[in-house]
Amino acid sequence: MWPAYAVLTVLGVFSIGPIVVLVFNSLKTDVEIGTNPLGPPLHHLSLRNFSQAWHQGAIGTTMLNSAIITLGTVVGVCFIAGLAAYALARLDLAGGTLVLGYLLFGTALPAQLFLVPLFSLWSRIGLYDTRLGLIIIYWAIFSPFATLLMRSFLISLPRDFEDAARTDGSRELYVLTRIVLPLAWPGLLTVALIAGLTAWNEFFFAVTFIQSSDKLPVVTSFLAFSQNYTRYWGLTCAAAIIIVLPVLFVFLALQRRFVEGLSSGGLKG
Amino acid sequence: MAPLILVNVVVIVGPSIAAVYYSFTNWDGISAAHWTGLANFRRLLHDGEFRTGLEHNLEWTAMFLTVPIAMGLLGAFLLSQIKRFRLLFRTIFFIPYVIASVVNAFIWQIILDPQQGIGSQLQRIDIGWLNGVAFFGDVNLALPAVAFVDNWHFWGFLVVLFLAAMQSIPTELYEAQRVDGGGRWAEFWHVTLPGIRPTLVFVVVIVTIWSFLTFDYVYIITQGGPGGATDTAATLLYRTMFSYNEAGYAASMGLALALVSVVVTLAYAYVKRRGWDV
Repeated sequence: MWPAYAVLTVLGVFSIGPIVVLVFNSLKTDVEIGTNPLGPPLHHLSLRNFSQAWHQGAIGTTMLNSAIITLGTVVGVCFIAGLAAYALARLDLAGGTLVLGYLLFGTALPAQLFLVPLFSLWSRIGLYDTRLGLIIIYWAIFSPFATLLMRSFLISLPRDFEDAARTDGSRELYVLTRIVLPLAWPGLLTVALIAGLTAWNEFFFAVTFIQSSDKLPVVTSFLAFSQNYTRYWGLTCAAAIIIVLPVLFVFLALQRRFVEGLSSGGLKG
Repeated sequence: MAPLILVNVVVIVGPSIAAVYYSFTNWDGISAAHWTGLANFRRLLHDGEFRTGLEHNLEWTAMFLTVPIAMGLLGAFLLSQIKRFRLLFRTIFFIPYVIASVVNAFIWQIILDPQQGIGSQLQRIDIGWLNGVAFFGDVNLALPAVAFVDNWHFWGFLVVLFLAAMQSIPTELYEAQRVDGGGRWAEFWHVTLPGIRPTLVFVVVIVTIWSFLTFDYVYIITQGGPGGATDTAATLLYRTMFSYNEAGYAASMGLALALVSVVVTLAYAYVKRRGWDV
């Protein structure tokens, strides 16, 4: 077995080593980085980079922006995908097959195709350079995979409870909120996790649709920050760690659900 | 279902249809568009920059269909063989995938820095051949270097996909192979690979599509430079739209790119429909 562990360890060092360098550098002064750019901090550990990065990078503001964008995306995607998945899995609506076909094949349409007209539309209706505008885009691009994931989750749930409630004379809305929702929440949590992490990290639309520095999410503001402070590695590394920590924390706490959702949702899409 | 249809029509379907129209015009993104027929497409066919960009996409596809898939298969197969620390290794491999592209790019800009990066550190222990090499600044190295960074963050995702598929292979198949003998290599070749074929084909499809659309890491690290050495179709489209304000021409590029992904997707759907077990 040991050759397997040896190779896996090499691969593991390859994956995590560069991140360790990032942590090392965030704890060093720039003087020390000059003589010791990649190794562990040998002199006094300093947390000054973190407080300085927090202020100079306005990370308080950008974190709040990212939190608003992420939360808005998650709530919206769960609402949109949850309703649509329920309709597709349980109600025999006309056009259901057409929508399903769109979800499966329409997602092959790349962002590069609709970017140009979308940009001009968003500028004209005042959604350009607003957090809401970005959130709406995320609703649209994340909802197809989320709907498919929720649909397969709902199909795997037994219908007995719903049918029993219906024969008791409950209304559809009651069935949906009181019976389906409590059963479906693990699926919704998976959808929320994937949509949330993707929204937090998303780059392409964020860099295109948000310009004002007070509305930038952490990702694009970090890019600007790292370009402004090119040789200030300690500072930039600290900023990087601050914006990565929330994601890493959520991922490590809930990784099983996240990984399951990605592998199953990805494969069916 | 109404909210789903509404946001998708407003954000994706509507603008996609508009893009088809604009690709036949000389639209600048602001003023009125004028119909110019096939002019954009004629120009696209003879656009040397765009052709070079597409060649970079092809190179990118070739790199991504080999390196991350081989690494993903290796990692997943080894993980499927061991008993302890499986979750730990899977977590470690996956961590770069959940970190934002801007941070990953920055980490490697530090490590591959020509003055203070890995080359100069190796120089100290007398390994000098990487010293002073500007990985992202060299015309010949830039594209593979950017692809390397993207792959570093991506391959762990494939480990997770492949491992999930491998774990659903019935153990009886492995036992039968063990009777035939041949060791682990034979197990991998005759049981594991055929067992995960649907996942493998799916990965080939998405990797091909994503390779033709690749944008983030190129835009963040090199913006297409030096001298267009890392330009891909997507970065060219972006520049055409936002630096040159040639929205109509950019739309025709987008249409060309959409064609690639739609053709690949339809081919995949067709093969699946024919009932081939992929």
